[in-house]
Amino acid sequence: MVDASLKRPLSFDVNGKTVNVDVAPMARLLDVLREDLHLTGAKEGCGEGECGACAVIVDDKLVNSCLIPALQARGASVRTIEGVAKGDVLHDVQKAFLTWGGAQCGICTPGMVLAAVSLLEKNPKPTEQDVRVALAGNLCRCTGYMKIFESVLKACETAMARESASEAAR
Amino acid sequence: MKPFAYSRETGLDHALARGKEDGVRYLAGGTTLIDLMRLGVEEPSTVVDLRALPLRDIKADGDGVQIGALATNTEVAYHPLIAKAYPVLSEALLSGASPQLRNMASVGGNLLQRTRCSYFRDPSSPCNKRMAGSGCPALDGYNRSNAILGVSSSCIATHPSDMAVALLALDAVVHVRGGGGERAVPMGDFHVAPGSTPAVETALQKGEIITHVTVPASPFAQRSHYVKVRDRASYAFALSSAAVALDVSGGVVKSARVVLGGVATKPWRATEAEAELVGKPPTSMSFDAAGAAAVRGAVPRTHNAFKVELAKRTVARALRDLVGKA
Amino acid sequence: MTASSVGKPLDRVDGRLKVTGTATFSAEVAVANVAHAVIVGATISKGKITALDVGEAQRVPGVVAVLTHLNAAKVPGADKPTEMTDKVVQVLQNDAVLYDGQPIALVVADTLEHASHAASLVKATYAAEAAICEMDKEIGAGFAPKAAPGRPPPDSNRGDIDAALATAFARVDATYTTPCENHNPLEMHATIAVFQGEDHLTLYDATQGIFGLRKRISKAFDLKPENVRVISHFVGGGFGSKGSAWSHVFLAAMASRATGRAVKLSITRQQMFAFVGYRPQTIQQVTAAASKDGTLVALRHEVTSATSRFDTFAEPSANVTRMLYACPNVKTSHRLVRLDVATPTFTRAPGEASGSFALESALDELSYSLKMDPLALRLKNYAETDPDEKKPFSSKTLRDCYTQGAAKFGWSKRKPEPRSMRDGNWLVGFGMATATYPSRQSAASALARVKKDGSAQVLAGSQDIGTGTYTIMTQIAADALGMSVERVHFDLGDTTFPETPVSGGSQTASSVGSAVKRAGMAVRTKLIDLAVKGKGGPLNGMSAEQVDAEAGVLVSKQDRTKSDSYEAVLARNGLDQIEEKIDEKEKAERKDHSTHAFGAHFIEVKVDPDFGEVRVSRVVSAFAAGKILNRKTARSQFIGGIVWGLGLALHEHTERDPRTSRVVTKDLADYHVPVHADVPDMDIVMVDEVDPYVNEIGAKGVGEIGIVGVGAAIANAVYHATGKRVRSLPITLDKLL
Repeated sequence: MVDASLKRPLSFDVNGKTVNVDVAPMARLLDVLREDLHLTGAKEGCGEGECGACAVIVDDKLVNSCLIPALQARGASVRTIEGVAKGDVLHDVQKAFLTWGGAQCGICTPGMVLAAVSLLEKNPKPTEQDVRVALAGNLCRCTGYMKIFESVLKACETAMARESASEAAR
Repeated sequence: MKPFAYSRETGLDHALARGKEDGVRYLAGGTTLIDLMRLGVEEPSTVVDLRALPLRDIKADGDGVQIGALATNTEVAYHPLIAKAYPVLSEALLSGASPQLRNMASVGGNLLQRTRCSYFRDPSSPCNKRMAGSGCPALDGYNRSNAILGVSSSCIATHPSDMAVALLALDAVVHVRGGGGERAVPMGDFHVAPGSTPAVETALQKGEIITHVTVPASPFAQRSHYVKVRDRASYAFALSSAAVALDVSGGVVKSARVVLGGVATKPWRATEAEAELVGKPPTSMSFDAAGAAAVRGAVPRTHNAFKVELAKRTVARALRDLVGKA
Repeated sequence: MTASSVGKPLDRVDGRLKVTGTATFSAEVAVANVAHAVIVGATISKGKITALDVGEAQRVPGVVAVLTHLNAAKVPGADKPTEMTDKVVQVLQNDAVLYDGQPIALVVADTLEHASHAASLVKATYAAEAAICEMDKEIGAGFAPKAAPGRPPPDSNRGDIDAALATAFARVDATYTTPCENHNPLEMHATIAVFQGEDHLTLYDATQGIFGLRKRISKAFDLKPENVRVISHFVGGGFGSKGSAWSHVFLAAMASRATGRAVKLSITRQQMFAFVGYRPQTIQQVTAAASKDGTLVALRHEVTSATSRFDTFAEPSANVTRMLYACPNVKTSHRLVRLDVATPTFTRAPGEASGSFALESALDELSYSLKMDPLALRLKNYAETDPDEKKPFSSKTLRDCYTQGAAKFGWSKRKPEPRSMRDGNWLVGFGMATATYPSRQSAASALARVKKDGSAQVLAGSQDIGTGTYTIMTQIAADALGMSVERVHFDLGDTTFPETPVSGGSQTASSVGSAVKRAGMAVRTKLIDLAVKGKGGPLNGMSAEQVDAEAGVLVSKQDRTKSDSYEAVLARNGLDQIEEKIDEKEKAERKDHSTHAFGAHFIEVKVDPDFGEVRVSRVVSAFAAGKILNRKTARSQFIGGIVWGLGLALHEHTERDPRTSRVVTKDLADYHVPVHADVPDMDIVMVDEVDPYVNEIGAKGVGEIGIVGVGAAIANAVYHATGKRVRSLPITLDKLL
């Protein structure tokens, strides 16, 4: 029998860096990110997987970090909103959210951006319907969503324009 | 949340051995268990994580398909073997939850998904499913999303799964391993209605693990369809759903499957509805008759009475759409 | 004049922080030695706590304190009503339980895990009493609320409604109901309380009103207001729920004082349904009557809304009926019934959102009785002046909203018969409604400062609850200072900054914006003064009127080669900075005018004829809201408001068990808010409007008007599609089967 209150060592990759923390078995990945690693970009909006504000990408899959016991992340590779930009250079999706008004209060934004990043990595040319489906698990109470679709679709346009420009250059 | 010990098992035998310990709960995708633990509905002392078990393959099985219990809903829904040959299963999976939940939720876990009945989810409220004999406040309380079929005086909690409704329509078989070895449970026997023991929801015994699900080839699998009716355009549990499948030849229905979701305490096969269809041409009239037959014996309550008419129409529509799309 | 920033679609100045997840919300502020607190809520709705067993909770490792009514310090000012409404809080002062989920204990521990586990172990025993929550059964016990100071009276009566009704050609009498709605901002209410010694307190709180909170907390804990500092740099949505000081803030402060530690308290989503307010249920009876040509002859609107046993918040749903149409005979009333529930509060467009559903549905019904187009009926009864206050409007461009919105929508293609339009299997319906919201202004202060490096800092208490306050204030300040936005840093969310009102009632742009503008202009005037009168420089000796400011440089209007930068002016005069603080009052001309924003919604719905599922397929909404300060953030506010209206119309309702008065739908799976798939493309028309009277900046506020009228426009479209009139929101599919 393992003592349930005893902290256990946990090692996993966050945004490309290996981290080592001691965590209680009942700690959720969301708590470890926010409280232990001070990566507060992932938000708790419900704690039940219903709002998507805590979404992160674990081993290339978009998941809700409020439903993952932290110890389950052992050895995993986790991407949070803090790891989406490359240094000071924002990701196309981040730029589009900034320019097209996809962000308002900012609570749903990190999860929404990650959901969009995850979509575009699998499907670089989504239709508006694809965008709506991919972001279906992320609730927003401020924007009325419309500016979020606009942002994601504009991010695709930017990426595609860059791609065709670099092809032309070649 | 009550503190718990956590361990990850990588071999099935080890995992089965752990299942015999007191207070152990198996963890797969976590979308139900962790949620219920946070609410205090589930309070295991040890969580044994099964996700590293080699039970994730989706592969051909004779003419049918075998789906590992740990395959995620996303993997199943988009798998070429499924999307093409078993459209009803794909459609049902994609109508449920959200992309990130489907990325986490497993097939085995989904079969064991617990009800969304609000009284069940609130440990400060009585609930016969949570605490035998404490009473069922849903009977005379707020019961808009509760069940009208398969109900008892102990429990009217709706089974929430979309996937299980489709699997039942496809005659799937659930394969489980326990101390006594392997056994195969047809989907029709896997979920049980509450009766006087609402805590018992499935045929799975303590310490058993679902290893995989097989879905046989059938004359109607490819001609199958899922319709889900809900309160908003996506990301909501079914108020009513129907998985239907038809084998039509020579202008006559040879065999049919009609299974209801969102209205019953378990995935609900409507054999009377199927009987209405078989031997007749697939027409709107027989679809309406099948709808009416599907809800025969329904027990409506104060806030969910609309589900009788809605389920009827859901069945008829699913059949109409199915014939229309073929 | 310098190129204007106001009106431009500037990107959110805090956008980068938000898209990178680095904006720091209240619960995320790094504070030393912080303990975590979890609230234990009552599981009955009425009665007394007879015993509380906290032994097991106290034995959980890491638990620092378990506060209950048996050991909590008395907070004499906590359960006193506030001045604005009668709201009181429940902070462990006695054994009474007044509603489901009321705080009955607070567990403080070293980690959140320990605190939440220990909280689950607190065992309460109650003497429960029968709790009542069915409003329709209590309606006979309705009473009139007292008139709140500065707010419209509960009852109104002009003309002779009975005489008018006796002669009317067409008449509608109908009862409309709206449900209890919880705000559910995505950010849960959270606070970190840090007592320094006995008499200094800092609160990092997710609030819409830092100064209101400071006032309330300092009174409750008997602290000098200046010794209480409230900080709120980012707020994750509020919609009214964060406008009041609720119990959890007091509890966090109590716990910090009791334990000598900083205490972080973030409530759960379930608790968001318990003690942080909601839009109360309403039952509204409307009579609308017209003569044969559609001229309104009588409007009666009788509203009953639900409240708690201990508070008298009334949803002012009938106020809109008093002023929206030119009708000579109008009678309105507001009544309250008491239930064993938590107390309601302001929710996005309180009154207008629920009241316009009833009024604008009734007018739609009347249009069918008259066989008149619903838009024509509104135009026929257009109020050129405010019929209630009997004053001219400071500006009103509603007619343009109607015509531009209708044209863009294609309203003329509407076939008048219900159930006459289809798209494949779907029934199609068109609906419209008028939107309106008062344009308020409250006293506000701001400080502007130009520093010797030529940059500016502008401060005002205020809050940005996601609306764009940071951004529009930066734009207003830049224009007033004669600078580019890049050189202006606007900061807010701290009670050490100049005092401002609550971010509610769509008044922030108007109130804080006016103060910021005047503060910026005052600094600019001082700079010009120095340039023309101070130590020698290129503009020395000119009159102030001859000097312009452009991107931080003063130039001569006559000879634009003569210029003097702000840095140079300050340096030459040996100054580190120039600053001005302005205390702005309500603009005087407001007294002689009625000030409201207006708009019109045109909505198409598609209804599944088998299932009754309603999909909103097109929205065209036109608004005239004075000066639009930033077209991008304003458009977001309109759209966000409309989607709130969509939720009001189709999805949102909080349900209680009628036998226990306990909330049944207390998470985001049971309480449905609109999701991506529910929302169509929306076309927002912003009608130009110049308003010299409403306030210093001519802007009317855009945070709330979007929701107003949407409930009715959708219900009217559903009627047009199906022939079924749903008078009870939300329009869930069971009502259309």
